[in-house]
Amino acid sequence: METNISTKAKNGLGVVSIVIMIWTVIPLLWILATSLKSDAALGDSSKNVLGNFWPKDISWDNYKLIFSGGASDLFMPALWHSIIVCVVSTVISVVLATFCAYAISRLDFPGKKLILTTALAVSFFPVIAMVTPLFNLWRQIGLFDTLPGLIIPYLALTLPLSIWILSAFFQQIPWEMEQAAQVDGATSWQAFVKVVAPLAAPGVFTTAIIAFFTAWNDFVFSSNLTAQHAQTVPAALSFFTGASQFVQPTGAICAAAVVVTIPVVILVLVFQKRIVAGLTSGAVKG
Amino acid sequence: MSSIELKHIVKKYGDGFPAVNDVNLDIKDGEFVILVGPSGCGKSTLLRMIVGLEDITSGEMEIDGKRVNDLAPRDRNLAMVFQNYALYPHLTVFENIAFPLRLQKGKHSNEEIDKKVRDASAMLELDEHLERKPGNLSGGQRQRVAMGRAIVREADAFLFDEPLSNLDAKLRGQMRTEIARMQRRLGITTVYVTHDQTEAMTLGDRVCVLKRGILQQVASPRELYEQPTNLFVAGFIGSPPMNFLPAKVEGNSLKLPFVDVPLDGPLAEKVKGKDIVIVGLRPEHLKDTTVETGPEHSVKFNAVVDQTEWLGNEQYAYIPYEADGAVRDQLEELDRDLDGEGLRTQMIVNLDPRSRVLEGDEAQLAFNPASMHVFDPQSGDNLTRDDARAAEIAADSEKMRKAALERARKRDAEQAEKSA
Repeated sequence: METNISTKAKNGLGVVSIVIMIWTVIPLLWILATSLKSDAALGDSSKNVLGNFWPKDISWDNYKLIFSGGASDLFMPALWHSIIVCVVSTVISVVLATFCAYAISRLDFPGKKLILTTALAVSFFPVIAMVTPLFNLWRQIGLFDTLPGLIIPYLALTLPLSIWILSAFFQQIPWEMEQAAQVDGATSWQAFVKVVAPLAAPGVFTTAIIAFFTAWNDFVFSSNLTAQHAQTVPAALSFFTGASQFVQPTGAICAAAVVVTIPVVILVLVFQKRIVAGLTSGAVKG
Repeated sequence: MSSIELKHIVKKYGDGFPAVNDVNLDIKDGEFVILVGPSGCGKSTLLRMIVGLEDITSGEMEIDGKRVNDLAPRDRNLAMVFQNYALYPHLTVFENIAFPLRLQKGKHSNEEIDKKVRDASAMLELDEHLERKPGNLSGGQRQRVAMGRAIVREADAFLFDEPLSNLDAKLRGQMRTEIARMQRRLGITTVYVTHDQTEAMTLGDRVCVLKRGILQQVASPRELYEQPTNLFVAGFIGSPPMNFLPAKVEGNSLKLPFVDVPLDGPLAEKVKGKDIVIVGLRPEHLKDTTVETGPEHSVKFNAVVDQTEWLGNEQYAYIPYEADGAVRDQLEELDRDLDGEGLRTQMIVNLDPRSRVLEGDEAQLAFNPASMHVFDPQSGDNLTRDDARAAEIAADSEKMRKAALERARKRDAEQAEKSA
């Protein structure tokens, strides 16, 4: 890596990155601040400091509302649905994509190009274009408002992405590794499990996290293909109502948004090193 | 311990080009065989066919008399060292070496594996690195780990695919002797691929020279050097390479660019009916008559030296000449086959280091006509090859190989007795 950047350029880059960091962090902080405001503070800037930004008295009412209050009927099941749907679709997607990508990068079979192009083409379709036909189909075959009814579209969303990322990873692992394992007495399966899979672990982690985020943050499918029994958090948020029709549920929505962001932040922090290693090693041609 | 037999082995790729064409080779038990040739000659492909990583298009491959054409690599019980070592980066050195043992489920207990790995690591002086990962090792250490992984297997044969080409020159020399010592000590059948003729000459009991997938000559290093069968082998073996000079046959003499050589008895018989031949003359067979007496019956001539290189223990002089039109194409093709750059035609002379010849000087040189190799310019065949002498050398090398193997085994047995 090049390190001969002048001090001036370094300072310049530092300033730019601070600006970008503030730009991206402020909305998140704003959500956090809003979730801590009481209903009264939401409408009265004199109860806040820093120009309506941070509440003078921190209130946990919004969190109480979504966990045990009036909105909990809506929020708690949605949180469960989100977790189940995202974990299941991530696991299935990563497992399938691992095998598929391994086959694509290692074996020579007819239709290899077709699979890759199809995978790419599928991810080109705007999600919204698929929702209406899916809605009609799901209603007829009874998948509407069920967990599998969400997991299947999420797989369609995450599989192409996972296949592409992982096949790039597998292609970097030198062929000789596997051949050495085979000469050492391993079957193809043993070579895959003992040599290739551990080497591809960073790639698998990266893929899993990206797949998880994609499903976790989805709004379009969830809001259209579910009613109550399988609704995930992003969709549930849109159904929050205030205490009366004249009160906006802003505080509760923000509290819920903070809650659903937490797992994502934790995931990123825990796997930070692996993601970085994965992203960079996936970017460099091997 | 086993013999490997290759019968009419052919490898064709998708485009129908034969990368390996009709190779017959009989590798004896405990023999060290080298596959050598310029890049793209099919030597690696041949090795990978032996180990089973490459399908055999046609022909028979037998290990210990058993046909292995359709066996998977894991069922052939061969150990291989790859050019880039192919160590498993996520495992420690210990686990890398233990890997093949752990795959043989139930065959070895943990204590056995531990003992075998430690034996191998002691032999290769890897003891203090056992807990490290391959990524933290130097090139030579990685190379030794790869060899350790091959040794613990107690495989039927070792296969090496250019194992030293990633090391620097000094380390390469050390590892070369290390491999030779290990092979003698274990007395295990070994096939070794290289493009480096020093490795080929120093390591091999027998050397197979390949050109474009076709086996040119299989012989001991000495026979290859003294009795090459054709132009290609003659040009490939030896450093600096043999000089090839065009020569006209005129009556009772052979006209070389610098000198006329009288044609006598057997040689005259062999070149009869040919107008032009190619004469091969090794640089070390030319002498500077001012510092050393020329060999007996030598032919003397003077030539202007264009460039000299003094290396301490020897000295090279370069003497340019014009190649005759009739053989120029043949020599250019040979140069291409040998990965040459098609530069000027020049004669290299390996002078005595005491020689005071300088650039631009006229040197007084001599050589013995008996040291000449004469080649047919069309077929490239060596007309002066002495089959009886070649057979003598072959028998002699085989005897020496057997003796060395016997000695190594006896010493091993003695050592085992001592430690017992």
